[in-house]
Amino acid sequence: MSGKATRESFGEALKQIGADFPKVVVLDADLSVSTKSVVFAKAFPDRFFEMGIAEANMIGTGAGLSFTGFIPFICSFACFVVGRFETIRVSIGYSRANVKIVGTHAGIGIGEDGYTQMGLEDMNVMRGLPGVIIIQPSDDITTRAAVRFAAEHVGPVYLRLTRQKLPALHGDEKIFESGKGIILKEGKEIALVGTGATVCEALKASEELSKHTPWVVDMHTIKPIDRELVKRLAQSCRTIITIEDHNIIGGLGTAVAEVLAEDGSKARLIRIGIRDTYAESGTPEALYEKYGLSAGKIVTYLKEVLNS
Amino acid sequence: MQNTKVREELAQIATECRADIIKMIEKAGCGHPGGSLSVIDILVCLFFHEMKSDPNNSLWEDRDRFVLSKGHGVPALYSVLAKRGSIPREELWTLRQINSRLQGHPDRVLLPYVEASTGSLGQGLSIAQGIAMGLKLQKKQARVFAVIGDGESQEGQIWEAALSAPKFELNNLIVFLDNNNGQIDGHVDEVMDIRPIASKWQAFRWAVHEIDGHNFEEILGALGEARKETKRPTMIVAHTVKGKGVSFMENDVKWHGIAPSKEEAQEALAEISKGKSG
Repeated sequence: MSGKATRESFGEALKQIGADFPKVVVLDADLSVSTKSVVFAKAFPDRFFEMGIAEANMIGTGAGLSFTGFIPFICSFACFVVGRFETIRVSIGYSRANVKIVGTHAGIGIGEDGYTQMGLEDMNVMRGLPGVIIIQPSDDITTRAAVRFAAEHVGPVYLRLTRQKLPALHGDEKIFESGKGIILKEGKEIALVGTGATVCEALKASEELSKHTPWVVDMHTIKPIDRELVKRLAQSCRTIITIEDHNIIGGLGTAVAEVLAEDGSKARLIRIGIRDTYAESGTPEALYEKYGLSAGKIVTYLKEVLNS
Repeated sequence: MQNTKVREELAQIATECRADIIKMIEKAGCGHPGGSLSVIDILVCLFFHEMKSDPNNSLWEDRDRFVLSKGHGVPALYSVLAKRGSIPREELWTLRQINSRLQGHPDRVLLPYVEASTGSLGQGLSIAQGIAMGLKLQKKQARVFAVIGDGESQEGQIWEAALSAPKFELNNLIVFLDNNNGQIDGHVDEVMDIRPIASKWQAFRWAVHEIDGHNFEEILGALGEARKETKRPTMIVAHTVKGKGVSFMENDVKWHGIAPSKEEAQEALAEISKGKSG
């Protein structure tokens, strides 16, 4: 697939942010080549700290740096950094540390490395921390915008990024506003709400579902969820479909379900995602087929349930 | 002679802080007296002698920082902050009560001079390291002092920080190990022995000193040595007595995390006022 992995965009964006924000520092835990923080490291060696394979210590060190006025971006795979959740909980969350947690290689989209390297529960646990903003950009442009937002925002941010390449979906950084979903297509009957890597699948699927006149939404901010947009979709649609490369428990689908339930909405919710199971090795494409996240599988599944 | 006077003054402050620790925990009805009493002499030396810190300006950029990684010992920190006028002394009697700034474990958001929110063991040392790195990056002379526990040293994250601080040449990071040999489930050497401890830190390339953590001359002496380091972080292994200063609490792990009754508190205060500590 042509396009760009959001981790690639992240590395480049970080370098730009490094020039614009002298207080930005970057820490990585022996994955800088993979997370692409190495791009920043080469440009600003004095503001890059290689912490070795020790994520908890990286989290705490980032917190400490923030207490002296710096803006640390701490980087690793989503599963490894969020895996040290209790350290994030106290050293960053409760401490209101101005730290930006960057989890790359999120979802089954990482492919062959298999389950142990896949962040699949990270949004679930991170959503439970008060005051932490969770953003999952879907392409190059929105990744750059999200990195800039993270640097500007005072408070903890969790950025969830992909390994696989994603096509360009948006034209201008200005389209990104934290907490506001982006409407890619206005529709009527159903809404396809994607986040991160699944937005392009939702867009593709929408073509074949045109008789249902689907909305397509890029819900890049998982917390705080865009309640107004979800309510608007619920008023327009009889069915809202969330699509995420994450366990269906605790991520986008759950966040949307909470809004619908609390709002007393009559719209039906269909959650597409990893159905509370562990994943496996394979090509990203094969995994998206097997776990139902490819545009083709989304269409097949929805045709079945929407007509039933 | 001057030194003797300094030590006597510090001992007097420590005695008064010990009394406040007992009073506030008794009033709260819960808390951790054992580890507060073991660490108080070290805190008094830091806050009343070693550290550059303005009692009335918690945000002074050039201040030395203090991180209590063994957060359950926080009554000791509160007593010191009250003693030097950084918080009102009456506030000590709100410890652990609803709406109080004096949380059961340190909260950096609520209370000035609490540089790190701790209580989940193993985390404070990494935070102290990050602060030390930030100060270096800003070319500041300020230093960071931290206290970890011996039970806490069973946490893996402690050793991640032990490994990394020498890499960053943090001679501005000075850590005390409050080696009181007590934790909730028993004596540290029975629960999960951390010995030999000084040689471990030496192996991790720290400057290591071993002292009696209740001897002011030795505490100040080790701090003086730490000032001479040009690259290495310093670990001061302070051998201490859990519950120090109250005979019925000393070395009895039962007093790790329970409050004295009113009668027990009176007995403890009587003993402390007789000046058994120091």
